[in-house]
Amino acid sequence: MRLLHFWRAMWGIIWRELWRFLKQKERFVSALVRPLIWLFVFAAGFRSALGIAISPPYETYILYEVYITPGLIGMIQLFNGMQSSLSMVYDREMGSMRILMVSPLPRWFLLTSKLIAGTAVSVLQVYVFLLIAWFYEIEAPLEGYLWVLPALLMAGMMLGALGLLLSSFIRQLENFAGVMNFVIFPLFFLSTALYPLWKLKESSELLHTLAYYNPFSQAVELIRFALYGQFNLEAFIYVSVAFVIFMIAAIFGYNPSKGMMTRKGGA
Amino acid sequence: MGSGVKAMNSAALTIQNLSFAYGNKLALDQVNITVNSGECTLLLGPNGAGKSTLFSLITRLYDSHHGRISLAGFDIKKQSTQALARLGVVFQQTTLDMDLSVIQNLRYHCALHGLSRKTAASRIQEELERLNMFERRFESVRQLNGGHRRRVEIARALLHKPSLLLLDEPTVGLDIPSRQAIVDYVHQLAVDSNIAVLWASHLTDEIYPQDRLVILHKGIIRAQGSVEEVLQITSADTVNKAFYALTQGEAS
Repeated sequence: MRLLHFWRAMWGIIWRELWRFLKQKERFVSALVRPLIWLFVFAAGFRSALGIAISPPYETYILYEVYITPGLIGMIQLFNGMQSSLSMVYDREMGSMRILMVSPLPRWFLLTSKLIAGTAVSVLQVYVFLLIAWFYEIEAPLEGYLWVLPALLMAGMMLGALGLLLSSFIRQLENFAGVMNFVIFPLFFLSTALYPLWKLKESSELLHTLAYYNPFSQAVELIRFALYGQFNLEAFIYVSVAFVIFMIAAIFGYNPSKGMMTRKGGA
Repeated sequence: MGSGVKAMNSAALTIQNLSFAYGNKLALDQVNITVNSGECTLLLGPNGAGKSTLFSLITRLYDSHHGRISLAGFDIKKQSTQALARLGVVFQQTTLDMDLSVIQNLRYHCALHGLSRKTAASRIQEELERLNMFERRFESVRQLNGGHRRRVEIARALLHKPSLLLLDEPTVGLDIPSRQAIVDYVHQLAVDSNIAVLWASHLTDEIYPQDRLVILHKGIIRAQGSVEEVLQITSADTVNKAFYALTQGEAS
């Protein structure tokens, strides 16, 4: 009986998130336009400037567009994770978060469901992006499109948990600009999304170290390898550990007696 | 469903010695309130009296408090899921999803309460029909006016058959006919469904003669009881005057 309740509630939360996403057409379009501009404009421009040597999981020389595709997938998921955090702040202000929080279910479960729902939306975006990229002749092996699914789920959950954690600290909507500057940009640029690690090492040891420990890099590598049918154990462990840490901190942040909610109420 | 615990306490909501502070600022001081089934209890207080804090504590948005809150016999801290299952809330700001239709909003709520599709469908129909909103179930919430949105929220709060209905100034911003309709409906509901209602307000014209009153000011309960009792305490002839005496009068 209790399990059935959990199942119904989780499904309800996922369904609501997907439906809302489909209804908000501008959000869908902008979620796609961003990586596509990077792919069609930025990557095309840099194609000749950046030579990518053969490095795993690639077996031949590849075009720069091919290299950054997993990075752009990561970017979609990163933005989506942060955007769910934005929508949580918005939800809290508008009160629909309160409706969720007064439902008779444990908070960790509600937050996890919210996270799965956000991840489902990001996976949907990624597949549409991959389809467009495929028409642009950026093709991964066919089975890669299947293998990438678990990687997307993991990366989506990890980045979503990070967003969730941030949303428990952010007071107001306007602070999303701060999230862009201080979270999204550093995570994205200090990662393997746009350039391989060894290239970074050539220019700066410090940047190389930072990029290596950046959980976003590891998410991108997990996706990159999965897309070519390979399993990157190191990235897998890294992403899992980061997920657990972010999630525990987020649940703590939303705990009414220990976390931030009380302090917020006082402000 | 825990009827043993419930049988011990006929009150839908019991608040005992509740105190809560934001940092050093005491927002509620030794508050005791009992709300019984079939009764409408109006929580009156000027802005900043502590009404919202009290509601946030009952709905568990905050819970670092002293004292005890129990809902249908369940302790809100220790048995929070059982307690929350007995609670229906209408928050002050609208909490409906504007992008979804009326029925989608209600189905979402039913899912959160674990109702089956079949039960959900029949409850939704029942509640919407009572409020004359059933024909509008497929409309987007964005298209509804304030009064109709409120009705949907009241319907939603009742879908899981709560023991206590909590309303946080639900008529703010509504025109007079919509307001009257909601005031009448909720009062009738308490009697017909034998549900306990706790209604926060600062409008004394929302009070019916049979209501119970709790007057809160600066975190302290100034008076509590039937309308008559409160009038007696203050030797006033109208609730308005009693309210004034207990709040503004106090400050001078």
